[in-house]
Amino acid sequence: MDECRHIETPFSAEVARELQAGQRVLLTGAFYGARDQAHRRFAEVLAQGGELPVDLRGQLIYYVGPTPARPGHACGAAGPTTAGRMDAFTPQLLAYGVRGIIAKGDRSPGVIAAIRQYDAVYLAATGGAGALLSHCIKEARVAAFPDLGTEAVWRFIVEDFPATVAIDSWGRDLYQIGPAGYRSVQ
Amino acid sequence: MRELNTDLIAARVAALCQEANFGLPADVLTALAGAKEQEGSPTGRRILDELCANAGIAASERVPVCQDTGMVLAFVETGQDLHIVGGSLSEAINRGVAQGYRDGYLRKSVVVDPLHRVNTGDNTPAVIYYDIVPGDNFRIAIMPKGFGSENCTALGMLKPADGLAGVRQFVIAAVERAGANPCPPVVVGVGLGGTADKALLLAKRALLRPLGASNPDTDLAALESELKTAINALGIGPEGFGGQVTALAVQIEAFPTHIAGLPVAVNISCHALRHKTWVWNGEQD
Ligand code: SF4
Repeated sequence: MDECRHIETPFSAEVARELQAGQRVLLTGAFYGARDQAHRRFAEVLAQGGELPVDLRGQLIYYVGPTPARPGHACGAAGPTTAGRMDAFTPQLLAYGVRGIIAKGDRSPGVIAAIRQYDAVYLAATGGAGALLSHCIKEARVAAFPDLGTEAVWRFIVEDFPATVAIDSWGRDLYQIGPAGYRSVQ
Repeated sequence: MRELNTDLIAARVAALCQEANFGLPADVLTALAGAKEQEGSPTGRRILDELCANAGIAASERVPVCQDTGMVLAFVETGQDLHIVGGSLSEAINRGVAQGYRDGYLRKSVVVDPLHRVNTGDNTPAVIYYDIVPGDNFRIAIMPKGFGSENCTALGMLKPADGLAGVRQFVIAAVERAGANPCPPVVVGVGLGGTADKALLLAKRALLRPLGASNPDTDLAALESELKTAINALGIGPEGFGGQVTALAVQIEAFPTHIAGLPVAVNISCHALRHKTWVWNGEQD
């Protein structure tokens, strides 16, 4: 379970299907950042049949709100935020064509079903490791909604960004499987 | 009467906000190192390694441990014989928060009002608690609290007949419900007694107690260690991926309560349990 796979991002549905819950991955390439307020706006645009400000089809979305970068740094601390708050928006975005999510914390049954249906994947980055993860971010720029500050849509270029496959395209959920193996009550 | 100027307080608050965010307190680092010894899951151990490395990077580069640099709680103890001069104390604390968050490149996570959600731009206001104590010293603890863990708070107005078993069950259920969301391993603050609001405040204050220092009351100390064992038996583990270490500590604070009630509050902190205290006892700088 603990061997590690290097993946270039964005990646295809075929690659997504190869990933297994529990597997460790290192991501190199580009992905987007968006959290609560940006998701609210995405949902409004999609509900009206409009176009998102950036083409997220085939892309990964990282739920993150970084701290401001110190001069000379590409990005400030940038760990994942809790995914559950985005559960209401995720099935719609996966249907639209988003390939996967990077965040932390478990997902609703509706999100898990959508991950299976659309050959998507949910990757977990280590929550609270914002300083460590910022080292893997080589470039960060605001890609849309600059008025949202830290909650804007970001575009990141990363190198060997570590994550764990938390829910794979078959719907296997590490947040269920993992704890079950260590539970010693009842 | 001894005088303390609010300008000094504001400057100290600015520094405390930054120091609290850049690195983890020594007791938390010790607890994380201990957790690594105890953790049987290889994935769990890898995550604990990452968390220790992360704290080191944060301290050496003066980058926040976590991008959620929190909403600031300030716990003030001011001597009743001390005269605070130079304007409003609350304004000075907020001035310090604004300066610390700006100068320290910390995230501004506070919105003006809960429904319209426009950012205040400087991470103020802080949530400030004042205690008036004998003497003429001044003490302030700054605690930046992230909301991944704050959102897992639970309050139970139990019946007296629910007793110890009810309290036990309530606390364990709250941590189980929180699951991976508060970035385990967590520290579990428990407030027992008082009124509803008092119980919540006790739970929050329990997080400020040094880790590993159990409650001086032997019954409560026993309950702390029993709850820690029960919570670790849930198997949630580091980041919720499964493992033997879910809680680094359970810390209980209690207060007298009403004959008709048994309030119990749970306030969880992630492993990024950040706080910094300044004590003033007369020196001028
Ligand atoms: S719960 Fe704590 S460690 Fe996790 S993201 Fe929030 S503040 Fe950071």
